[in-house]
Amino acid sequence: MADQKVISRQTGVEDSQYKWGFEFDIESDVAPKGLSEDIVRFISAKKKEPEWLLEWRLKAFQHWTNQGDEAAPKWAQVKFEEIDFQDIIYYAAPKSSDDAPKSLDEVDPELLEAFDKLGIPLEEQKKLSGVAVDAVLDSVSVATTYQDMLEKAGVIFCPISEAVQKYPELVQKYLGSVVPYSDNFYATLNSAVFSDGSFCYVPPGVRCPIELMTYFRINEADSGQFERTLIVADEGSYVSYLEGCTAPMRKSHQLHAAVVELVALKDAEIKYSTLQNWYPGDKNGEGGVFNFVTKRGAARGENSKISWTQVETGSAITWKYPSVILQGDNSVGEFYSVALVNNYQQADTGTKMIHVGKNTKSTIIAKGISAGKAENTYRGQVSILPGADNARNFTQCDSLLIGDECGAHTVPYIEVRNPTAQMGHEATTSKVNDDQLFYLQQRGIDLEESNYMIINGFCRGIFKELPFEFAMEASQLLRVSLEGTVG
Amino acid sequence: MSKIDKLIEVKDLRVSVEDTEILKGINLNIGEGEVHAIMGPNGSGKSTLANVIAGRPGYTVTGGDIVYKGESLLEVDPEIRARAGIFLAFQYPVELPGVRTWQFLKSAIDAVRKENGKDELSVREFDQLLEEKRKLVEMDPDLVKRSVNEGFSGGEKKRNEILQLALLDPSLALLDETDSGLDIDALRIVSHGVNIFKGPEKSVLIVTHYQRILDYITPDYVHVLVDGRIVRSGDSKLALELEEKGYEWVRGSIGEEVNS
Ligand SMILES: Nc1ncnc2c1ncn2[C@@H]1O[C@H](COP(=O)(O)OP(=O)(O)OP(=O)(O)O)[C@@H](O)[C@H]1O
Ligand SMILES: [Mg+2]
Repeated sequence: MADQKVISRQTGVEDSQYKWGFEFDIESDVAPKGLSEDIVRFISAKKKEPEWLLEWRLKAFQHWTNQGDEAAPKWAQVKFEEIDFQDIIYYAAPKSSDDAPKSLDEVDPELLEAFDKLGIPLEEQKKLSGVAVDAVLDSVSVATTYQDMLEKAGVIFCPISEAVQKYPELVQKYLGSVVPYSDNFYATLNSAVFSDGSFCYVPPGVRCPIELMTYFRINEADSGQFERTLIVADEGSYVSYLEGCTAPMRKSHQLHAAVVELVALKDAEIKYSTLQNWYPGDKNGEGGVFNFVTKRGAARGENSKISWTQVETGSAITWKYPSVILQGDNSVGEFYSVALVNNYQQADTGTKMIHVGKNTKSTIIAKGISAGKAENTYRGQVSILPGADNARNFTQCDSLLIGDECGAHTVPYIEVRNPTAQMGHEATTSKVNDDQLFYLQQRGIDLEESNYMIINGFCRGIFKELPFEFAMEASQLLRVSLEGTVG
Repeated sequence: MSKIDKLIEVKDLRVSVEDTEILKGINLNIGEGEVHAIMGPNGSGKSTLANVIAGRPGYTVTGGDIVYKGESLLEVDPEIRARAGIFLAFQYPVELPGVRTWQFLKSAIDAVRKENGKDELSVREFDQLLEEKRKLVEMDPDLVKRSVNEGFSGGEKKRNEILQLALLDPSLALLDETDSGLDIDALRIVSHGVNIFKGPEKSVLIVTHYQRILDYITPDYVHVLVDGRIVRSGDSKLALELEEKGYEWVRGSIGEEVNS
């Protein structure tokens, strides 16, 4: 790759000094470092996108340029050096795009190995249990299994780049309808440069016959990953979607800024589960993924339901608030979360439940585990808008500390603008108790395993919300992440 | 197999907690197949002795030794002691929220088996064993499905300790006030569990305040612990005598120490 000059974003696209055209090869699999209008055009051209999408991207890019770096959110309780957005590669296809894997059999063995390490012959299991898998390596979706079965049911599940070609009206109708391009700094960035992700549409009355799953992995050094996922559950439909992620160890930080939009129409239900295992950095806090993600669901129709379950053990920094806008009357929003931080990891995560419709109900159960020198913040907002008669929310935040050098913080924002609302809030902070550890050890179980059992117990209420194989995987992930936290 | 007359030897054991000396030179030998009872006023150090034998952190051994099967335990981790056959039924069993009793019991039994070079039990084998032992202590089958001790009544927790004793089948059972808080039926059931466990190669140390458990489990020796010292030892009649005369009686007789 030829050396590229760093383009200062402040110069703007109209800057006369700016004369980079397509200096780089359109056939190139990797865009040069930095962000410019041309990069946005390059990505769009790579994907052979229709005009409307290019325009949308460009609007996002313009917005991002105009607002400047200062617009990056500062309120989260996370500390990191400023990101040089011109030092990032915004597009990287898999190295061998010609012979990109057609099925999971051909997926990067390193990826499968990573899951193997978790003690799960995952590939086999997922196949046996009938999980449709879409693997996104770097920014490109490479394999979607179980297409036939899904097609028969009428379910669309494919890379979003493919959906743009095949189902442009669906994508155009819903893309940005939950998270507009101007939503927040990272969502704006994503809107300008997203390269792939998953798209799912479940037609009216259809219960998706299998679990849908996407794996995300960042491979290329210095590359950012900006996937965009859009899931639409039409009236009376149901879908359960799982998302797993991993990244190899790298000395430098990598940026991951995804956007996920969910739309549930009348009587529809979406269950969205995440196992986030991006590289957390080493023991000294070097390297690791910056995970700045916007996830939001619109429970748009009456009686619709959106449920987020997340197990977050990876990333150097996690900034993530999967939210639900409860628009439809009687709609339901749920958020179940385990966030574990160790060493120098920082997590600022939580949810927003915005009650708009009548008789809407939300449940938030967040479990935070901190070890090492890590900091864990739960940040949650519950808003009951004036029209939301008889809205109900229950929030429970439990923090568990391992050792004396870590921190746990709970920051709830509650806004009630309708007197009929019923709110419940519980919060606890505890330490892994020596008496509990000794009790287990006295039965012959070693210290590390005892610690794991207690923490796994602490998370059990969340794990049970996950589909079965995923719950086992979550337990394994927890075990790996807890290694060396006691003794 | 020849009987080991000293399964465990506690030799002039001195133990402190944060600079306060709690055990002030304990001597106690327990042979294979023997049942010993320790009685004594609140705060005299009974639980401390049982906990230190089991290796609970937080205590400092300032003098003496604990020798088990011929080797000193002082530097041995608690889980290794457990796998070597030392079992403590806790005075206050702890609750483990979210940890399923079934999983806990299986992990415990597998850990001990592994140490002894045996394979893990299959789910079926374990279920059978568990069912057998659960019936022995007449424990409600629903309790096994719940989190360990969470929301268990005091009596249920004690029964759960005896269930674990039956499952793990150790060499030395330290029962710290397992009889406290039990109703009459539960006391009979728990005692039955201990009696089934007892055998020529099994040793038991019962910490208790009351004669009534000793009506079911007859001790070979009774020791009276007062203020960190064993002030009197005798046979099962000593417990009856204590019940009648109270601790003032032995307090007055410090110095007439008779060791078993
Ligand atoms: N971890 C500890 N920290 C501080 N003091 C302790 C600790 N453990 C025991 N002690 C003290 O040591 C003394 C002996 O306690 P221990 O629990 O061994 O008594 P015990 O004979 O079992 O009493 P009880 O009959 O009430 O159960 C008590 O004064 C107690 O307060
Ligand atoms: Mg005691």
